[in-house]
Amino acid sequence: MCTVCGCSKNAQFSVNGETQFRFQSTQKENFKLNPESLQQPLAKKGTKMPEVHTLEQQVLAKNDSLAALNRRELSRRGVLSLNILSSPGAGKTRVLERTIADLDQSVVCQVIEGDQATEQDALRIRRAGAQAVQINTGNGCHLEADMLASGIKILQPRESNILFIENVGNLVCPALFDLGETRRVVILSVTEGEDKPIKYPYIFHNADLLLINKIDLLPHLEFDLQRCLDYVTTVNPSLMTLCVSAQTGEGMDEWYQWLQKERAALTPSEPCEEM
Amino acid sequence: MHELGITQNIVAIVAEAAAGRKVLRVQIAIGKLSAVDADAIAFCFDICCMEAGLAGAKLEIQHIPGRLKCFHCSAEKDSPTLYGRCHCGSNDLRCISGQELLVREIELE
Repeated sequence: MCTVCGCSKNAQFSVNGETQFRFQSTQKENFKLNPESLQQPLAKKGTKMPEVHTLEQQVLAKNDSLAALNRRELSRRGVLSLNILSSPGAGKTRVLERTIADLDQSVVCQVIEGDQATEQDALRIRRAGAQAVQINTGNGCHLEADMLASGIKILQPRESNILFIENVGNLVCPALFDLGETRRVVILSVTEGEDKPIKYPYIFHNADLLLINKIDLLPHLEFDLQRCLDYVTTVNPSLMTLCVSAQTGEGMDEWYQWLQKERAALTPSEPCEEM
Repeated sequence: MHELGITQNIVAIVAEAAAGRKVLRVQIAIGKLSAVDADAIAFCFDICCMEAGLAGAKLEIQHIPGRLKCFHCSAEKDSPTLYGRCHCGSNDLRCISGQELLVREIELE
């Protein structure tokens, strides 16, 4: 268990500093017992027998249904939304800063920043020239779908925008929680060691794109790039991988091409409306 | 990492279904490839039950083994990981079982 963070123990998070309360109870309509759920009506007259009820209830159903709503809303608006995942310090915010600067108004970028605490990253993104919402998860070690919904409500992304969702730096928990994003992008930096894909297989297994960042540092490290790519193929043979340096700009053009291709693949199904 | 939150979800589902009745037993299913640690769930369960007024409920965990299917030759195999290599040489395998995370049934007094 997460002895450090306790994950969703606190039923609140904050959006741009304002406290939001989580949905505490599960969706009631799904959890009422109905007569068909009763397996064995064994109670004979005069005796008291336990009743066994079948539930077959997905534990993460609440998050998954909210994620489905986010996905429908973002798709309706024609917004490309990317869940950006990495360990802390891999360069997620730096990649976004550079992307916002390089795309320079040709694409409207908006960012939802997830961190346990502080507005540091949202401030960096705003300085880079994009709108940002900061979500502080408090004790939580990942973003969940209701948090993304709060961010969408504030940012109101429109057709052709790119919505970057910078998840809390963590290679374990965010893998389990669908937010409703269009694509999952994992960033691995060469300072972390080439075996991250096999040590944290879930996050790499479910990713759509991998950015190997900080490649300008390769000459100074013992990072074996080919071995890293082999591990990536082992865990997820169809995972597209790009080598970049957000610091020097090397390889970033391919990332921008990927973004444009993904954006072009989307068309809004209905005119935008306020959510 | 996230098992406390997940156990709270499990207990919330049970509490809502039980609607105040005494819960004797809770059966959950955890797939070996679900990224959820069953021991950690068991560790958190009693405490979460106490908080939710379900003290005394017994937890029964059904472990579901991981199973992968090859995209190329359709062969299936058990696997302790989400990835692997098929006897045909392909490593393009899809998980067909083992990612479950379910509250199966509850026993009420």
